[in-house]
Amino acid sequence: MNARTSRLGFRTPYYVLTAGLAIVFLYPLIWTTVSSVSPQAGSAQVEGLGFNNYATLASYQAGLPHYLGNSLAISLVTVAVTLLAATFGGYAFARFSFPGKNALFLVTLSILMVPYATLLIPLTIWLKMLGLNNTLVGVGLVLAVFQLPFATFMMRISFEGVPKEIEEAAKMDGCGSFGALRRVLVHAVKPGLITIGLFAFLAAWNDFMVPLFLVGGENQPLPLALVNMRQQVMGVIDYGSTQAGVVVLTIPCVLLFLLLQRHYVNGFMSGALKG
Amino acid sequence: MTMTAPASAPDRSPLTPPTAAPARRRRRTTTSRIGWAYASPTAALVLSLFVVPIGIVFFMSGSDWSLLGGNQGTNFPENFTQVLAHRQFWPSVRFTLLYTVIATVLLIGLGLGLALVVQVTSRWSGLLRTAFLLPTALGLASASLLFYALYSPQVGPVSRWLEQLGLTEGVVSILGSPAGALWGTVFLIVWRFAGFYMLLLLVGLQNIPGDVYEAAKLDGARAWQTFRSITLPLLRPSLALSTIMCVTGSLLAFDQFYILTKGGPDSSTMTVVQLIYNLAFESKRDLGMAAALSVITLLALVVVNVFQLRAMRGSSES
Repeated sequence: MNARTSRLGFRTPYYVLTAGLAIVFLYPLIWTTVSSVSPQAGSAQVEGLGFNNYATLASYQAGLPHYLGNSLAISLVTVAVTLLAATFGGYAFARFSFPGKNALFLVTLSILMVPYATLLIPLTIWLKMLGLNNTLVGVGLVLAVFQLPFATFMMRISFEGVPKEIEEAAKMDGCGSFGALRRVLVHAVKPGLITIGLFAFLAAWNDFMVPLFLVGGENQPLPLALVNMRQQVMGVIDYGSTQAGVVVLTIPCVLLFLLLQRHYVNGFMSGALKG
Repeated sequence: MTMTAPASAPDRSPLTPPTAAPARRRRRTTTSRIGWAYASPTAALVLSLFVVPIGIVFFMSGSDWSLLGGNQGTNFPENFTQVLAHRQFWPSVRFTLLYTVIATVLLIGLGLGLALVVQVTSRWSGLLRTAFLLPTALGLASASLLFYALYSPQVGPVSRWLEQLGLTEGVVSILGSPAGALWGTVFLIVWRFAGFYMLLLLVGLQNIPGDVYEAAKLDGARAWQTFRSITLPLLRPSLALSTIMCVTGSLLAFDQFYILTKGGPDSSTMTVVQLIYNLAFESKRDLGMAAALSVITLLALVVVNVFQLRAMRGSSES
């Protein structure tokens, strides 16, 4: 047996085993997608392939477009607020000295240590006092706060990685600190911004617990509406429309993941490296 | 990514000129005012939606506060004694701890295994990485709904597989028994998060310098010896970080159980956070008791994390 065949003999089980693992990870996604258009008892799609489950979903209560719109509005608020606060905050923490700076940074990071539920119980009361109860903006803001530890940390190290000379050159040309930020620095920290924007979107788009505590009825985003839809049909559960809903929720996430995989991986890595 | 932020941040603006002291002081107050201006959105969010709610939850935990009736005066320490005496309190603590141990052992073990599989740079391992990571892009709620259908005896294939393997008598509902509900949820979580821990541990693996392995090879170490006495010890910081994240996440498990099992069957899969929700909105509709349990959970989590961070620091010093 020469070296080549012995290597092949060693490699074949490796390929079989890893391909099997990959199938285990991909199978549930493929199964849902295929099932959502396949005939199933108790669903709108009884025979043949077709999109009847999606039609059921489209006309469920306020309708799929309405719940998708809610999800989109929440995600937009979260992404916009996260990007804004973390860009300015990261800049402040990286480049300025001011009293209370370290305390504010530590308090921001400590959001990670506090359970969602511990904040959501008082928030049900507090948002009412602020006039934000049962609103999409309220949910978006709360989700942005949960994004702040990662986003602020990420933007701080991004700004610290930009050479000071770049900023000083901009200031020589007559920019104030804001001008330097807007014209020069924002471009230098773009990878960080894409990463935190991506994470904020995925978190807000997919979140279930925050809307469960804070909104209901017309203001439900799609994940919450799907879970409630499943519960409302007692006895016979319409799995078909649930699967269709999962597919609708998943497609944007998978597309973003495949498009921005590098930024997605970098986001996790920067957390791991600095930990 | 928690407490070890770069401490050597530039604390002074580079623009402070070496001029007279009053001018410098004025410049410094100006820069600190500008700094605060930039930090103010963060400060406003943190104050209004984090610090104030924390204060409110402590206040609520000492108040008689029903979901519909609002605040009805002080109720300290009754909320706490009632929570501790609640018949589901200790079972939920026990179940949460059991779930945490199982989930952490499996996720870290599998994450490490997957990281070792994909650490070589090749086209195939790149594809594998993508496959293992793909589930992490799904929301936990979507993933739970997906598995809810996957486990259903009516439309899902898993019940039939289990019967064909002889593991169950006939086609049974997987989520219908306490053990099935626990392991079904664990499998979902492993599927959803294994890629994430693979990635964290992969970073650790890639940070181990190659010449250490070279030296081991020259000394004639076997693969298993190399793994045990080189890879594992040098991977300790990454393993510790992954463990802390996994333990924290599992202790606070909510979505997956709320969607898959609703705490059932017979409250056998009721986690602590689910009990908080249950006390607030379902069984008692008592926000005071829910706040008291939230405070207990927060304090327990802080204690667990301080303990873990200390253990981690101790292990990295030795």
